[in-house]
Amino acid sequence: MNSLLLGSIPQIPLAHCIDNFVDWLVQFTGFFNAITNFIGSINNAFQWLFDIIPIWLFIVLVIALTYYVNRDQQNWGLLIFEFLGLLLIWNLDYWRDMTQTLTLVLTSSLIALVIGIPLGILMAKSHTAEIILKPILDFMQTMPAFVYLIPAVALFGIGMVPGIVASVIFAMPPTVRMTNMGIREVPDELIEAADSFGSTEWQKLFKVELPIAKTSLMAGVNQSMMLSLSMVVIASMIGAMGLGTKVYFAVGRNDAGNGFSAGLAIVILAIILDRLTQSLTRTRRKN
Amino acid sequence: MFISIPRMGDLMSTNKSTKVEVKNLTKIFGKHINKAKELSRQGKDKSEILKETGATLGVDRANFKIYNGEIFVIMGLSGSGKSTLVRMINRLIDPTDGEILIDGENLMKMDKKELREVRRKKMSMVFQSFGLLPNRTILENAEYGLEIQGVDKDTREKKAKEALETVGITGYNDEYPDQLSGGMQQRVGLARALANDPEILLMDEAFSALDPLNRTDMQDQLLDIQERLHKTIIFISHDLNEALKIGDRIMIMKDARVIQTGTPEDILTHPADEYVEEFIENVDRSKVLTAGNVMIRPMTVNIEKAGPRLTLKMMKANEVSTAYIVNAERKLLGVVDANDVIKLVREKKGDITPIIQTKVPTTEEDTPISDLMDDISQTGIPFAVINDKKQLKGIIVRGAVLGALAGNEVSDFE
Repeated sequence: MNSLLLGSIPQIPLAHCIDNFVDWLVQFTGFFNAITNFIGSINNAFQWLFDIIPIWLFIVLVIALTYYVNRDQQNWGLLIFEFLGLLLIWNLDYWRDMTQTLTLVLTSSLIALVIGIPLGILMAKSHTAEIILKPILDFMQTMPAFVYLIPAVALFGIGMVPGIVASVIFAMPPTVRMTNMGIREVPDELIEAADSFGSTEWQKLFKVELPIAKTSLMAGVNQSMMLSLSMVVIASMIGAMGLGTKVYFAVGRNDAGNGFSAGLAIVILAIILDRLTQSLTRTRRKN
Repeated sequence: MFISIPRMGDLMSTNKSTKVEVKNLTKIFGKHINKAKELSRQGKDKSEILKETGATLGVDRANFKIYNGEIFVIMGLSGSGKSTLVRMINRLIDPTDGEILIDGENLMKMDKKELREVRRKKMSMVFQSFGLLPNRTILENAEYGLEIQGVDKDTREKKAKEALETVGITGYNDEYPDQLSGGMQQRVGLARALANDPEILLMDEAFSALDPLNRTDMQDQLLDIQERLHKTIIFISHDLNEALKIGDRIMIMKDARVIQTGTPEDILTHPADEYVEEFIENVDRSKVLTAGNVMIRPMTVNIEKAGPRLTLKMMKANEVSTAYIVNAERKLLGVVDANDVIKLVREKKGDITPIIQTKVPTTEEDTPISDLMDDISQTGIPFAVINDKKQLKGIIVRGAVLGALAGNEVSDFE
């Protein structure tokens, strides 16, 4: 029962328009194939690396890396947790799935970084860019992540790549936002100091703004990584392999046991990634 | 034969080449700039213009010359436009109107690259809250100006170290700014500015954030450095005492306009209007001078570290007959007299506690000198200035009070 008022206005063919737009995009197959190949090769490189490293060595490397990034303030609990957690994943026979998920997260975070940080800088420097980007970022983050899967499949086929693309779109906004915020929060007097000594714009960016924005920038990177990890189950619906697939299948079979154990593996991976990126955030001093 | 020894002022008058010339310099913030300009020409003041147009008059048609090698103090209360003015001299703020000539070259006609060269080679700035980069060490901070010019690592390190030595900061090269006290940080700020070997130093309220003792020290040090380096210094201040002390010439601003420019002597003897007069009256010493303004550094002995021998040695080195005894937290315990200490040393005793005289007159930093006058003239021991935690901040000796009351800073220029 539509009201009279609504009845008099024809329905806006929004869905139809978007369909047309996606169809129109599909004609640029060459372009999207190139992107698919590019993202695919980054993904494959990570996967190749994780496949040739023996599992025991991988565990040792993760622990050594954690030890190194926390060298001034050691966290023994975390080291023990990593050791036991990774052993558990190995024991449950989720190792390959875990590395696939890790690959997906690393690839999408890397792309989110490479695109997000320059966008954040642009946003901090240009008022116009901020006005344009802000609503787009809000849109990217609030649109249910499932929706990205549909055009992603149309443009990039099925498999890892569309999963990565959807993750990038969903996970990039915090990096952009936090970079923007970090640079805008650099105290005026430091900007004036940089200018008064005759810095060029690039010198100001690399010697003053980015180093001082580093903490908030890295917090953005950390958030992006966690968000892309939250996409792994969703991405598995379009064929991105990994722990997400195990969870997705377990849901289909009403298999609580396998669902939870794969979920637990995701949690372990999330904690390790989170703690590692957080310790990179801390500022380190020479003495 | 009569030989006259030339004084600083005379030397300057014979060698008065213009370093910086400012013509009709104007800055209006906000919209309706032309309307605001028109109103200011009609003689409306800052608040009227703000009310009618919404535009804020930052600086209104300032005209002045700054001579080579002088300390030119721009003075005014907050909102008078002095900070805007100094930022227009290196174009951190772009003027709405007017000209800035440095060595005859018009800064307003320069493109970005030329302006950058001037900022790199000709002038450096020192900031009120220091503006040091928190992620860089002291040495790296001092190197900044040279680093961005592409000077190689060895040369810039050498120059930065020299500059740090000039301001009296050695041994802190690898510390970070937040590990240093305010006074030390500002010395680093000054060193960073000096490392470029600029001809002009712009100092924006450079000592305002420091506590009184440090401020006095820094003023003395600036005069000392100026004696050696002969820079042209443009110094922004809201403190007339400071302006009178360090300025060769002073320019007083009020509500975006220049009220008077002249030597400290001129300003004290021929104030241009009531505003300046009122300003000067406010320096009427005993009223504004507080204990904090006139206190000097005492010779202190930490009782937890020193026995009679060390105490005596320190007293000899400092040429004092009274030493102030404090504990490790700088809490004042009392004073000792040199004669008593000598006696202890002769008797080969190891503890100075028995000879400490605990009856010391004390006061606080913000007590006006006028309240202390009577007591000071009666007691023999200098007043100890302490804070609410009973920590010793400084002492007041009779000579310093009388000097300040007699207007010592002023008489220096007479």
